[in-house]
Amino acid sequence: MRVSLFITCYNDTLFPETGQAVVKVLERLGHTVDFPSKQTCCGQMHWNTGYQEEALPLLPRFIEQFKDSEVVVCPSTSCIAMMKDHYPLMAERSKDEGLKKAVAEILPRVWEFSQFLTQKLGIEDVGAYFPHRVTYHASCHGLRSLQLGDGPQRLLRAVRGLELVELETLEQCCGFGGTFAIKNAEVSSAMLADKVRSVLNTRAEVVTGCDNSCLMHIGGSLHRQRTGVRPVHIAEILAGE
Amino acid sequence: MGVELIAVGAREDVLRKIRTSIGAPAVSSPAIEAEWNALPREYNRVGSLSREAVLEMLDERLRDYDASVIRIQSGAVAETIAKQLTERGKHRLVIPQGLAEALGEALPTGFEFVVDEGLSTTELDSFEGVVTASTVAIAETGTIVLQNVAGEGRRAPTLVPDYHLCIVRASDVVENVPEAMARLAATASLATTFVSGPSATADIEMTRIKGVHGPRFLDVILVT
Amino acid sequence: MSGAGLDPRTAPKFQVAARVLVGDSQMRKNVRHATKVIQTKRAKVVAEMPDWQKLREAGKAIRQHTMRHLDFYLEQFERNCTAAGGVVHWARNAEEARQIVIGLVKASGAMGESPTEVIKIKSMTTEEIQLNKALEEAGVHAYETDLAELIIQLGHDQPSHIVVPALHKNRAQIREIFMREMNLPNLGGTPQDLADAARRFLREKFLRVKTAVSGANFLVAETGSVCIVESEGNGRMCLTLPETLISVAGIDKVVPRYQDLEVLLQLLPRSATGERMNPYNSLWTGVDPAEKGGDGPRTFHVVLMDNARSEILADEEARQTLHCIRCGACQNACPVYQQTGGHAYGSVYAGPIGAILTPQLMEMHHAQSLPYASSLCGACYEVCPVKINIPEVLIHLRNKVVKQQSSGFHILANPEVMALKAVAQVFRSDKVFRVSQKLGRLAELPLSHKDGQGVGWIDWLPGMLGGWTQVRDLRVMPKQTFRQWFEEREKNKQGGK
Repeated sequence: MRVSLFITCYNDTLFPETGQAVVKVLERLGHTVDFPSKQTCCGQMHWNTGYQEEALPLLPRFIEQFKDSEVVVCPSTSCIAMMKDHYPLMAERSKDEGLKKAVAEILPRVWEFSQFLTQKLGIEDVGAYFPHRVTYHASCHGLRSLQLGDGPQRLLRAVRGLELVELETLEQCCGFGGTFAIKNAEVSSAMLADKVRSVLNTRAEVVTGCDNSCLMHIGGSLHRQRTGVRPVHIAEILAGE
Repeated sequence: MGVELIAVGAREDVLRKIRTSIGAPAVSSPAIEAEWNALPREYNRVGSLSREAVLEMLDERLRDYDASVIRIQSGAVAETIAKQLTERGKHRLVIPQGLAEALGEALPTGFEFVVDEGLSTTELDSFEGVVTASTVAIAETGTIVLQNVAGEGRRAPTLVPDYHLCIVRASDVVENVPEAMARLAATASLATTFVSGPSATADIEMTRIKGVHGPRFLDVILVT
Repeated sequence: MSGAGLDPRTAPKFQVAARVLVGDSQMRKNVRHATKVIQTKRAKVVAEMPDWQKLREAGKAIRQHTMRHLDFYLEQFERNCTAAGGVVHWARNAEEARQIVIGLVKASGAMGESPTEVIKIKSMTTEEIQLNKALEEAGVHAYETDLAELIIQLGHDQPSHIVVPALHKNRAQIREIFMREMNLPNLGGTPQDLADAARRFLREKFLRVKTAVSGANFLVAETGSVCIVESEGNGRMCLTLPETLISVAGIDKVVPRYQDLEVLLQLLPRSATGERMNPYNSLWTGVDPAEKGGDGPRTFHVVLMDNARSEILADEEARQTLHCIRCGACQNACPVYQQTGGHAYGSVYAGPIGAILTPQLMEMHHAQSLPYASSLCGACYEVCPVKINIPEVLIHLRNKVVKQQSSGFHILANPEVMALKAVAQVFRSDKVFRVSQKLGRLAELPLSHKDGQGVGWIDWLPGMLGGWTQVRDLRVMPKQTFRQWFEEREKNKQGGK
């Protein structure tokens, strides 16, 4: 398959290694990857913070970039959830029939990375090796909007050398919530404290997930406390050899 | 009454605001009815368990709520009432009008049964308990439904005394809530009380505690 | 300050209140325990229901249908309730509702004497309009008879949860309150001791006080009936024993038909307290016409109150807020509520439903911080028995707040608005985006320190962004962005051919 990569604005800037890992895994599985170069952002931060008008122009931009793609893959559950949950509404708002049709047509071809592997390709073993004790955090968007289920855990269990430990607060929000982490820093920190405590209780070396926004937030605290536990996006684990 | 003068025109104002807010043109009553009829109701409207399983479930769920359950065959109602009241040490009880007819048996002797014909609250407070029949019981939720009819009476007597002995006929037991509501539909306007166990609260550290107000003791005689 | 309520008009912003409250370790422990218990119970009884999702779907449909025809159903309820001997009053707002209730209470005394006491069932609607305070000022003391509300009232406190208002108190705290206010120096400490004390204290009032005030869970239009859902029996006491009953209900409480209760009476108890059915439900229609020995009060009044609900109805995207059946499941599921408790929301409606309902009841003039009191995790939507998409409504209300804050000169006073608008422009062009990535890397330089592995980290950010670095480090931007890496790789591939 020819996979078009939607890297996301924050992965591009802050976590390029995640994108590199996605490329590695897909190529290992025999697919080709392209990168529509004009891509920037899906509009989630603006839409969710209440800047709907500012987010609207980013939709036709996305369509323009990816309308000819065979399939679009993105290593961020929140960005894909943004598209699935809100792009139809945004198209509706724009009152542009062409745009509405384009959105309806493209969304079935748009995939979050782990879901692309387990549901579209139907595979769990991607030939990875990652000899560490790992615990998995379920991002809210992946869990509730995308209904990832135990797909990511199945992928992780198939990794050679990986010891997967269940996180007690698996389904509880980490407290990132986009601009929430800044606007409600106190509560965000309180929620983070619970999440970090349960990560440390697993005695895992690595905490993983499908979304670097959560991992950046959890990892930021793990680093501040010099815990020695590090965040690694699932793509990077699956790219391990 | 001066109250009419307080919010003059409020009714018209509120209704007008609602209509403006809804925005759509006025819809006729038959159209609204048709829309209501078309609402999705794919939940279980009818039970699927056998009769015996339904009765078992009611028994179990009532016990879950700390009610005592005695299962008997018909014809033994009076003697079971006598036995239960003796065991509980209750002798002076208030009863609704038409109880014996509702039970199909005369009440046992040896007890003081006073028929409620408008007893005051203070008078009701002096009884050791109340005995009634029931309209319908819901197995799934362990619920007994009482209405203001012969054999069950008005609400105060089943509320003020501390002990309620309730007779439930097996033929009045349904499996789930929709079935119960269907049975109650014809008498929907009557004062109705759903009783699911003795009174309880969970307001103190989420521990379910029995008996704040209302009867703290509930015995059920289930008659097949 | 019994009766002086949480007022969204004067309550501190959520962020400010939350800051104080996350420091209250007793409250956090109590809230954490209580919400965990109810959530576990709820999960168990919901798991028993193979048709739970169908019930939710039906619940949502019934509420949607009701709101689409709210005027029709309210008029139908009024007609049927009146025909059965009830008296229906309408109130545009909280003030009118209060005045009507006070008027009715005063008129309810025997032989023209105005009562000085009423007994009350817990009602969030009456809390919303701060009824007790108004009654007090009019010379009438309202005894709260729900155990939790009694605890709140005697403790001069405010409710913090829709269903379990005193969940922020533990047994030791409750015992203190009862010992002091009920004059029981030898009171035991178990929950049963406390419940027994409440039973004795209140029973005397139930048997004596002649006027009661309640809310209403559901108003059935088809029959003109009112339904009250409760646990302790105090509801039955207040609804049955007094001479006069006054029920205050928001116009959103109406339900089309008796049959609709088969859905709602399954959804509500399982969602609210994790029980298959709550101990008591009372349904009655008007008054019993019997001359002597009638069932229940001789006089029954319903006060139908708007208080901005008709405004919410006008906003199609936010209208689903009115579908709420006040189960409190969203509060129990909310990870934010779990950290802050209910008081942080500055309103009797707290947690996720509070975050969308309170600002709208204030017509967006107050409580603007509440739509942001959420990480949009969606746990509330998952448990809402009538499928209110609370995250969607939160986002919609955020848009309303932003519009207000970016109008005219307000924008200049708001650095966040300016920043986000600037960033939006950046995203519209990949060329500008690339440039700002480079600029970002430069701007970070003075703030970054290399750790032992040579990786740069930032542990302090200025201004608004300082909220991040309070407890988190931020890794610096890597030297090469993904697109730079990919484009270089493509070039090398082609170069190598």
